[in-house]
Amino acid sequence: MRLHRLLAGGTVALALALAAPTGPALAEDTLYVPLLTYRTGPFAGSGIPIADGMRDYLVMLNERDGGIGGVKLVIEECETGYDAQKGVECYESTKGKGALIYNPYSTAITLQLIPKAPVDKIPILSMAYGLSATAVGEVFPWAFNPPLTYWDGASAVLAYIAEQEGGLDQLSGKKIGFIYLDAGYGREPIPLLEQMAERYGFQLLKYPVPGDQMQNQSSQWLNVRRDNPAYMVMWGWGAMNPTAVKEAAKIRFPMERFIGVWWSGGEDDARPAGADAVGYKTMNINAVGQDYPVIQDILTHVVDKGLSKVSDRSRVGENLYNRGVMNSVLIAEAIATAQRATGKKLVTAEDVRLGLETMSFTEERMAELGVTGFFQPFQVSCKNHAPGNRVYIQQWDGKTWQPASDWFESDREVVWPLLEKAAADYVAQNPDWPKRAEPCA
Amino acid sequence: MLYRETGQFKTSYAADQAVFPIRQDRIGLALILLVAFLLVPVFGSSFFLNTMMIPFLVFSLATIGLNLLLGYAGQLSLGTGAFMGVGAYACYKLATIFPDINILVHTLLSGLFAAGIGVLFGLPSLRIKGFYLAVATLAAQFFLDWCFNRLPWLYNYNPSGAIEVPTRMLFGVALTGPNATPVTRYLVLLTLVVVMTWIASNLVRGWIGRSWMMIRDMDIAAELIGVRPLPTKLLAFAVSSYYCGVAGALMVFFWLGAAEPPSFSINTSFQVLFMVIIGGLGSLAGSFMGAAFIWILPVLLRALPEMLGVTIAAATVEHVSLIVIGALIIVVLIVEPHGCARLWQTAKQKLRTWPFPY
Repeated sequence: MRLHRLLAGGTVALALALAAPTGPALAEDTLYVPLLTYRTGPFAGSGIPIADGMRDYLVMLNERDGGIGGVKLVIEECETGYDAQKGVECYESTKGKGALIYNPYSTAITLQLIPKAPVDKIPILSMAYGLSATAVGEVFPWAFNPPLTYWDGASAVLAYIAEQEGGLDQLSGKKIGFIYLDAGYGREPIPLLEQMAERYGFQLLKYPVPGDQMQNQSSQWLNVRRDNPAYMVMWGWGAMNPTAVKEAAKIRFPMERFIGVWWSGGEDDARPAGADAVGYKTMNINAVGQDYPVIQDILTHVVDKGLSKVSDRSRVGENLYNRGVMNSVLIAEAIATAQRATGKKLVTAEDVRLGLETMSFTEERMAELGVTGFFQPFQVSCKNHAPGNRVYIQQWDGKTWQPASDWFESDREVVWPLLEKAAADYVAQNPDWPKRAEPCA
Repeated sequence: MLYRETGQFKTSYAADQAVFPIRQDRIGLALILLVAFLLVPVFGSSFFLNTMMIPFLVFSLATIGLNLLLGYAGQLSLGTGAFMGVGAYACYKLATIFPDINILVHTLLSGLFAAGIGVLFGLPSLRIKGFYLAVATLAAQFFLDWCFNRLPWLYNYNPSGAIEVPTRMLFGVALTGPNATPVTRYLVLLTLVVVMTWIASNLVRGWIGRSWMMIRDMDIAAELIGVRPLPTKLLAFAVSSYYCGVAGALMVFFWLGAAEPPSFSINTSFQVLFMVIIGGLGSLAGSFMGAAFIWILPVLLRALPEMLGVTIAAATVEHVSLIVIGALIIVVLIVEPHGCARLWQTAKQKLRTWPFPY
């Protein structure tokens, strides 16, 4: 009898599922932007503010301007959990709905999507993450990593350390520790760091943190204490960041000598360590705080109307939230540029690729968008998909992030040839990699 | 009424010992194969093939692999994910070292590497049993996971540490890589899975499978009858790892297209173990049911709100689907501790006497 009921229940459920209409058909006159986000799992701590920022800016465009160029945006979040398999599942499930652009928000997912992009003709925007070599637009016409690559980050952090020490020649003989998430993301800058170690004569000490042991880094930091490096550089994400900051405090590592990449600079990364985290530094590529017209517009049109998912109004303007906003500014500008270039309101993914490749953040355009000073101006080109190689250092004062340096550049003289070599290596490893067929605008 | 073997007389021993002695079962199987080979590729959308059928087939094969070891030979292993990884990395290395040999050959060969590693880590099974063996295979999982991360030779010194699948052709059709259509990949996978399932079903019915089951049911008695425990157990480990290895190679080459070590982590091992337990220990049909339960159901659940036209936040759907799947696992195991396969058996038994049960 029990079995009968179970079977009957199952049949009813199945019938319901099959009889249901196959989803709300997308209105013809909308622009569909899927967002691959993660609000669950061990990386949610970093993923939630990013997801909120990305979503809120696009919602704000819908509320304030009625979309882009008068065409409403349809925004759909798909939960990846920072898991490459689920990310690909999200990609497959959304690409058929006319996706214009993908933001994987995971280097692992980006790596999986890079070969798919030229086949499906949908561009990938991996803003300041992903495969560094995609900066070489001649090889990777469908992948974009503006404003800068991880290798720029590695170069910049060394430039900053050199400045602190009084010149690049002072690095010789020093020990620099590199603690990183042992995944595609964390390993990405290693080739550059190793080359620089050879060139400038410092010793690079690597401390990998496996993804499933992010919250237990005592063994790595024990080694740090033993090796006693002069500086620690971190490429961390999710639960790894706050743990690393706490562990560094525990071994009394001097915090002002502990520098994270821009992804290790969330408020929630430093806050849990309390007063011990004061002095912790990270690189940054966007401004923090609410004093920007774009953030004020989000507050008025989205947060105050109750359309945002942020847990608290004060969380708007936090570093990773603003990073998400910056990401969406890039998405929107790519679409707007595509609209201007083609004269169409309803652009296709191929038009958006063109938009990404020709978009230009000049001072005037940034003022129009309300993002003056929010990030540095840059101009994407056919040749260079990561043209904005400028960062600044921010420092945790116990409550907020404070700028600790001016904007400065990575050493493109060194980085660019390595990027070109990496792109050539990628092609060599994938002999069937398609040659660029898209004309340079 | 429909499902009743009355009137089907067997006139030879072969007919009596057939895998499917009842005509309705044979018709059912033929129908399933017909649907799988014809209707699914013709009518299935790219999403349906890519995110449901292809992973389902990959996991079915891995589940069969673990089921041979756990369900038939009674050796508990937590290293399935790692053995799949061995297959995947072996296939990747073979494909890059010998690019001219067909990828299908590489796929089948890569299983041999997994089998070798499986035998190595199966050696302790002679001395230790049950939970202790599980811990020994757990060591395999962690050790191999470490290798995938730390031996750059395995991923051809790729700075990202990922293995990426090159395009490989057969008769001018792309089988793997970004240019391969989901339908092609699905059909190749399906063919391989059907053939390997057929081999497995013959294996478990023959003397090999019987000796495995003897070891499982009582190893001392089996030894007294003349089954040598070490070769039998090691053979079980070898065959099981071969299946897992091929599944791993298929997973990377025909499903994911690129993979990193987390794809072969302990979570994958547990996932396959759950598939075996939910599906039913010692049942090949159960392996498919378990894989469907653990893989397809969550995907369906995630797609369900949208099908019904309800908008729910992506993260909420994820949480709800985790809760529902967890609850369903408990419900299924309470209703039928022996898994879906036994549920199916009971259903068939009831169908035989329906509508006049006695």
